Amino acid sequence: MTYTHLLHLALPEVIIVITSVIVLAVDLLILSNSTIKTRFTAASLLATLGCATAIFDLVRAPQQADFLNGVFLTNPLINTVQIILLALSILTLLLSTDSTFTDHVGEFVTLILFATIGMMFLVATEDLLVLFLSLELLSLSLYILTAFDKLNPRSSEAALKYFLFGAMSAAFLLFGFSLFYGLANSTSFAQIAVAIHAAPSNPLVIIAIVTTLVGFGFKVAAVPFHFWAPDVYQAAPVPAATFIASSSKVAGFFIFFEFMAIALNGASGGAAWMHFVTGWAPVLAIIAAASMVLGNLVAIRQTSVRRLLAYSAIAHAGYMLLAIVAHTPQSLSALLYYVTTYALTTIGAFATIGVVEQQTGSDHLSSFNGLSRRAPVLSACLFVFILSLAGIPPLAGFFGKFFLFVAVISSPGLVWLAILAIASSAVSLYYYLQILKRAYVTNPDDDTPLKAPAFTQLVIVLLAASVILFGCVPSLLIH
Amino acid sequence: MLAWTIYISFLAAFLLLLLPKNSATSARLLALLAAITGFAIALTAFIHHRNGELLTVTRIPWIPSLGIEYYLAADGISLCLALLTGIVAIAGILFSWNIQHRTKEFFAFYFLLIGSVYGVFLSYDLFLLFVFYEIVIIPKYFLIAIWGSTPKEYGAMKLALYSFVGSAMVLIGLIAAYAASGMHTMSLTGLAQAHFSLHFQLVAFPLVFIGFGILAGLWPFHTWAPTGHVAAPTAASMLLAGVVMKLGAYGCLRVAMTLFPLGLSPWGFHVLGFGSWRDVFAILAIIGIVYGASVALVQKDFKFVIGYSSVSHMGFILLGLMTLNQIGLSGAVIQMISHGILAGLLFATVGRMVYDRAHTRDLYVLGPMNLSKAIPFAAITFVIAGMASMGLPGFSSFVAELMILIGAWRAFPILALCVGLGILIGIVYVWRAMQKAFFADSSKEERVVAEDHGAAALPPITLPERLGAILLIATSITIGLYPQILLKLIVPALNSPLFDGIRRRSW
Repeated sequence: MTYTHLLHLALPEVIIVITSVIVLAVDLLILSNSTIKTRFTAASLLATLGCATAIFDLVRAPQQADFLNGVFLTNPLINTVQIILLALSILTLLLSTDSTFTDHVGEFVTLILFATIGMMFLVATEDLLVLFLSLELLSLSLYILTAFDKLNPRSSEAALKYFLFGAMSAAFLLFGFSLFYGLANSTSFAQIAVAIHAAPSNPLVIIAIVTTLVGFGFKVAAVPFHFWAPDVYQAAPVPAATFIASSSKVAGFFIFFEFMAIALNGASGGAAWMHFVTGWAPVLAIIAAASMVLGNLVAIRQTSVRRLLAYSAIAHAGYMLLAIVAHTPQSLSALLYYVTTYALTTIGAFATIGVVEQQTGSDHLSSFNGLSRRAPVLSACLFVFILSLAGIPPLAGFFGKFFLFVAVISSPGLVWLAILAIASSAVSLYYYLQILKRAYVTNPDDDTPLKAPAFTQLVIVLLAASVILFGCVPSLLIH
Repeated sequence: MLAWTIYISFLAAFLLLLLPKNSATSARLLALLAAITGFAIALTAFIHHRNGELLTVTRIPWIPSLGIEYYLAADGISLCLALLTGIVAIAGILFSWNIQHRTKEFFAFYFLLIGSVYGVFLSYDLFLLFVFYEIVIIPKYFLIAIWGSTPKEYGAMKLALYSFVGSAMVLIGLIAAYAASGMHTMSLTGLAQAHFSLHFQLVAFPLVFIGFGILAGLWPFHTWAPTGHVAAPTAASMLLAGVVMKLGAYGCLRVAMTLFPLGLSPWGFHVLGFGSWRDVFAILAIIGIVYGASVALVQKDFKFVIGYSSVSHMGFILLGLMTLNQIGLSGAVIQMISHGILAGLLFATVGRMVYDRAHTRDLYVLGPMNLSKAIPFAAITFVIAGMASMGLPGFSSFVAELMILIGAWRAFPILALCVGLGILIGIVYVWRAMQKAFFADSSKEERVVAEDHGAAALPPITLPERLGAILLIATSITIGLYPQILLKLIVPALNSPLFDGIRRRSW
């Protein structure tokens, strides 16, 4: 193992790093006097090109290696997740080409790329130290992205809130990690698993588990660590909010699953109804149940569509946590399918909201009045995204839920969680239909057609088509 | 070939959306054409069907990792219901010829609904069946919320949430059955042979049965039905009462009862006199019959009368299912078809012929308008439909209700007497509504007031309405006079191996 070897293994990440430098340089040195529109287009296209090269490299030369006992891994599964992350970043970048909220274009795109690098390292490690470092790289980029709309005070407020909660939870995470290190004398997942297997109900292990759950729970916005989500979703610039709601979720859930299933497998306990066994599974089951119920109930009362999506994201996080509670290989593939299709759908929904917000000046429910007549194509896409989130077949969201619930019910004793999830998803139909009711039933306040930028609209239509496609042919994505 | 009923409907929905603006007439013609094609395909399959055969339409792997297939097939029961869908679809279009507001979208949602209904009836893979079953919710919601009459948003949301809760229960039951069977398949024929444990069946059966039963108007989960029917535009209430409620009943028979036949076996103990789920659901069905009829008796709103009558008639179907003997079960299937036709006809008369002209559904306002003179065709249609709905010999419902009664008499003699009471009240409410709406004795002054309302100038009944009414009446009389055309398909289907569990009653 040499450094050349490492560089070779990390070629996709290296490509993104180089891309981010190029983007920054081109924007600051060459395009600094151009219009924002040109700069955004150029920066996004450059970044897209970089991401596409990285994807190409991952597809062309898939590798299987384990560098320094899990510090840096590559295998087909991780490659797939990285490809998904890069593809989601590309979509976010393409949708940001029509943004006008900032004139620091190069920095904005570079930060998105930095966050992408953080995510790529995050999913490719089985080591606490690298996990923490890449998580922080990701989180710090996201805090700045949230605050990027300097003209909007709420954007800064949300970022501050996000940062304070985030810093706190990072401290919790680090504290838990230090306990694990003390226990196992190593930062590698495998060593920790061995140490925990030897003493599963050591009080130190329990404290470490709880503090780690706080850290990860914050990352995936699960109740009761969800307070940042509504503000960030509502006030962050649309591309940033899209990014936080989609790709960071994919990476967060993947590493959360890996950490729990590999490092803490010996201390999982049991979450079977009335037969809780000490460990992280029952805690996670309760967090999941609370997220589903609270997320869905609070979403009913929202009038801002972005806030509504934030609470729905909390509920979805609850569903996805069920896969971690079950922690079987089947539930990992169900989780990946769910989180990927969820990310695609969310990107589409946010892009649509972004267009509406740009034209009407607000994301209030009433801005969507009569959208089907003001922008038929856009509202047809919104129809697809929202129904997919609600889990109506044959859209991707339904199959995600189906696979997840099959995986959960197949593990003994977890039927109660699946029943709770299905019941609370029945509640969610109500608020999802509220959005569609505005778009299709209510008469528009003014009849002028919305002018959606052609390129954005094209990407949105492609996203809607992919949501339908992954729904009709789910086996495309399942392996 | 039969699969094209589904594809043509979805294709029609898509094409309708592509039509240019302000092309209402072409939208109507396209819709009618698509509905007739669908009906013709169903009819061809119906005629060519050989006794007792299971007609496999398509069977290809869909999601291999879970053993889910795209499996369409039809036995006698599915074919009868597909044919019903075809007839009601044509009639629904004829009765919504006057839709002016966003015509093409109306028919697009309409065909999304029709295509999914065909899909449910033809699916033999439970996952596929569930997919179609759940798609139905969305067009239903928008048909009511956009084109309905007040309280449309309330009625639409209530309907959507009730259906979604019902399908959530079904989903839990299906996934549990899949996991418990340990078999790598979701096909009906496969899972029906899974031999689930008695304990599992006793839990799963009521879950799935109630899940489907919610859509079938099972008392006390029926409350969506009257509000939904009343709020819906005519064609949507025709479909809702005509075929969508049948989806629920069909699911009860096809999924709940074939997968979990032991769920109907005695518990081995008695609670409040109930010894099994069969007793429970039979009682609920009878309460539905009597309660629906009694509530229909005191309604002021003409459409509510029909709405509650649907609850009452659906009770007959559920009771027929619970008799578990051949005559009762075949009666239930015939009642599904008969009620599909008659509810369609009644809603068409009330919603399209009367309400769209008089702009009121209040029986006490309609009376003085002297509708039997103003629109005699509507009065005649309602009299015929009312007679059929009461169960007079010669109409389809007579055959169906007689068979269910005989079946019920064999299974639960005492309860059958209560059903007789329900039939009696059924005669009274139809009579009352008919008399109040069409043949009221009104004083001179009232008539003057009504004429000020514009009663004299009611537009005449149009040709599409006449055609639609004749189509539905003819079907009902055909079945009433010669029920054998359906029975010769239904009885062999009920004798197929799929229903072994119910037939053998191994407990």
